[in-house]
Amino acid sequence: MSSLDLARWQFGITTVYHFLFVPLTIGMVILVALMQTAWYRTNNEKYLKLTKFFGKIFLINFAMGVVTGIVQEFQFGMNWSEYSRFVGDIFGAPLAMEGLIAFFFESTFIGLWIFGWKRLSRRIHLVTIWMTVVGVLLSAYFILAANAFMQHPVGYEINPATGRPTLTDIGAVVTNVIALNQFPHTVTASLMFAGAVMVSISAYHLKRSQFVETMRSSLRLGLWTTLVGLVGTMLSGDSLGIAMVNTQPMKMAAAEALYDTSAPASFSIFSWGTPDGSSEIFSIRIPNLLSFLSTHDWNGKVEGLNDLQAQYVAHYGAGNYMPIIWLTYWSFRWMIGLGALSGLVAVVGLWLTRRGRINLPAWVWRVAIWAAPLPVLAISVGWLFTEMGRQPWIVFGLFKTADAVSPNVSALEVWISLLSFIAIYSVLAVVEFKLLKRTAQSGPVDEVDEKDEDKLAVAY
Amino acid sequence: MQLNEIWFLIVGVLFIGYFILDGFDFGVGMALPFLAKDDVDKRVLINTIGPVWDMNETWVVVAGASLFAAFPDWYASLFSGFYLALLLILLALIARGVSFEYRGKGESARWRKTFDWMIFAGSVIPALLWGVAFANIVEGVPLDAKHNFTSDLFTLLNPYGLLGGLVTLTLFFTYGLVFISLKTDGDIRARARSWATRVGLVTVVLAASFLLWTLFAHFSVLGLALTLIAALALVAALWANLKGREGISFSLLALTIATAVGALFSALFPNVLPSSTDPAGTLTIANASSSPYTLTVMTWVVVFSLPIVLTYQGWTYWVFKKRVSRKSIPAGSH
Ligand code: HDD
Ligand code: HEM
Ligand code: HEM
Repeated sequence: MSSLDLARWQFGITTVYHFLFVPLTIGMVILVALMQTAWYRTNNEKYLKLTKFFGKIFLINFAMGVVTGIVQEFQFGMNWSEYSRFVGDIFGAPLAMEGLIAFFFESTFIGLWIFGWKRLSRRIHLVTIWMTVVGVLLSAYFILAANAFMQHPVGYEINPATGRPTLTDIGAVVTNVIALNQFPHTVTASLMFAGAVMVSISAYHLKRSQFVETMRSSLRLGLWTTLVGLVGTMLSGDSLGIAMVNTQPMKMAAAEALYDTSAPASFSIFSWGTPDGSSEIFSIRIPNLLSFLSTHDWNGKVEGLNDLQAQYVAHYGAGNYMPIIWLTYWSFRWMIGLGALSGLVAVVGLWLTRRGRINLPAWVWRVAIWAAPLPVLAISVGWLFTEMGRQPWIVFGLFKTADAVSPNVSALEVWISLLSFIAIYSVLAVVEFKLLKRTAQSGPVDEVDEKDEDKLAVAY
Repeated sequence: MQLNEIWFLIVGVLFIGYFILDGFDFGVGMALPFLAKDDVDKRVLINTIGPVWDMNETWVVVAGASLFAAFPDWYASLFSGFYLALLLILLALIARGVSFEYRGKGESARWRKTFDWMIFAGSVIPALLWGVAFANIVEGVPLDAKHNFTSDLFTLLNPYGLLGGLVTLTLFFTYGLVFISLKTDGDIRARARSWATRVGLVTVVLAASFLLWTLFAHFSVLGLALTLIAALALVAALWANLKGREGISFSLLALTIATAVGALFSALFPNVLPSSTDPAGTLTIANASSSPYTLTVMTWVVVFSLPIVLTYQGWTYWVFKKRVSRKSIPAGSH
């Protein structure tokens, strides 16, 4: 394999891995903050127990997000030095803002929250978790703004001397239409995941009829969160889709495996193409739906792959401008499908547990326990779709992935780093999962009233 | 001052901030196998940095990202050139970070022992390699006309680079030991103090040779002044430690680190990454920097955010100002 292929594998693996933890962090920190607020308002011990219990889950996961995030920050320079040189004038700015404004914020306030239970007043301590929420959301926004530049470059001018883009309007970069749509989509998807994890843990205990009082509340909270998250992802996904059609029509055509421009266009549920990906053999279709998704007009025109390919060749020169069709096609469907499945579990769950019913057959609980990963799978394939659908571009229309790799890093070096990351990440995955499982299964503990405040800062 | 000069300074300040803060975390990690007699001692040591190591480490994330924003070519050449060294640092930081969080959550002694060693290795490796990296940045590395690094890891392990690594290793160790004596009580505090004296003496010898070497190779008046301050502060810090003035000793060591890194940056200026082979490959603050508009935007971001960051981080240290003692670790925890 060439060092380009290896660098792509490494980037894909490490980024998807980072993004297994990040959504749980984003969603869970919001839920923990809400539960702590409920405790602050009502003084009901139940909410305190829930806060501490899910707080622990959140922290175990947070540590992984942090350590894998550092790798991300360094990788652009290490493996994609030509990319870094090319876009540095623009792309570095949101990354640096993320660090200066968001990461400092969250890493400091999380420390205060963990160690501040008895040292800070109840009110200030509540503020620290909300500050962490703000930090986490800001960091998500800035990184998405950086990514949005790759999907849809704005706010720049090409410098004729260097041929590289130069920043001309930072406001345009941070209000990129893609970022504005990706942000609610990602946050609501993250809420789905956190909700599903909460449901799974609660179901484990309710199945065994333990901690019933607290777990009944978290079950309902989790179910509602998942459902609200699903509605949010669908609404935001809808407008993200429109934005995408306007900025990267090829990606939508690839998402649909739509070879020929059509008006109206149908949405396919299943499709099979020729091996070289240039035309379709068989498909099952819903009429007019794709037109509606892409244009909000049941008869709108949707451009097809072959036409777009011809247009791009005329505009950018000879080359293949289609992404890998089967991959974009199926990842788009799996994103929606897995998310919808998770939402279905939530709806059925809400109905079954209406008005406090919890005497349910064991298999129902088992489904609830094992449905937890559905949203995170949807998220991962959603990102695969977004990033692979942009290919062959690394910055759409400006710079190709093949030109972006570090020319001076050898295949051997990338092999070494790739295998090291795979090794350490696999070990960590096992350790993290064991810890999460053990913590989740031991359930919420009764609060002992510590006299010496220092004792609380132990064994975090 | 030009914008790119200001940014050279800001990048310097961010790295100084990183070394002053994470430097003592590394020192505490290195002290773990030497100072702790049992599990309770280990818990005491780890708890001295528990609330703050994450925000300290974040300084390197911010320094790296700022390098990217302000000097993209420097970031690109440096990070791709020092590929394997940075990989080692990353792996070490990953190991250290998860160990702090996960060590106390297992039941078996083997579990804890494994994580103790990961904390130790995860502290030693970056403490050594950051010194190697910065010494090489100052000395220059083989860069071709397109600013691409043309050699491998072993180029970095030259005598000057290795000496730089040993300086940061021992300096951070001393610094961490003094921090421990500042933050703990009882036996362990006394042990930390006497270790600090011994390691400190080694540090003086290594640091003096390294700084003199740097000064001779790249003489400047500012460099001379900073080197002198660094040397005096280091010696005075050891003396203060002997007298039991831990707070003063700690502050002086922070000053040593700040001025020593400052001396390196002044030796570098106005280059940011000199080429030892093709002079056309040398990166300077002029040919590596972003456009004036980007630098202006980022300057405003720094001007607004950094004072706020310093305020809430300072407040965090104030909240956790109490010493950690064995008494504060409840029976049965580890
Ligand atoms: C639980 C997860 C989940 C669910 C149920 C959905 N999505 Fe999604 N989607 C994501 C999780 C996600 C994601 C992983 O979070 C992505 C990747 C990039 C992004 O911003 O969000 C994404 C990307 C993404 C993109 C690509 C944006 C781009 O390339 O610029 C589109 C067009 C949609 N989504 C559309 C939808 C629609 C129409 C949905 C349902 C009706 C939908 N998504 C449900
Ligand atoms: C700011 C955010 C992001 C940036 C700047 C970014 C940047 C990149 C870059 C530089 C590549 C390399 C080009 C390539 O390999 O094709 C890439 C590909 C990829 N990224 Fe992203 N990415 C971001 C977010 C994400 C996230 C959150 C995920 C997933 C969870 C993700 C998943 C991938 C995948 C799967 C690839 C494809 C790897 C491949 O081509 O084999 N990215 N992205
Ligand atoms: C590929 C580009 C990415 C880079 C360079 C990156 C960088 C980082 C870094 C350095 C950290 C550790 C921060 C700390 O020390 O506290 C981190 C954590 C985090 N990242 Fe990423 N990240 C990437 C992708 C993403 C994306 C796409 C998102 C959001 C949509 C995201 C959201 C977060 C969040 C919320 C955290 C903090 C929570 C946690 O640690 O779990 N990251 N990231």
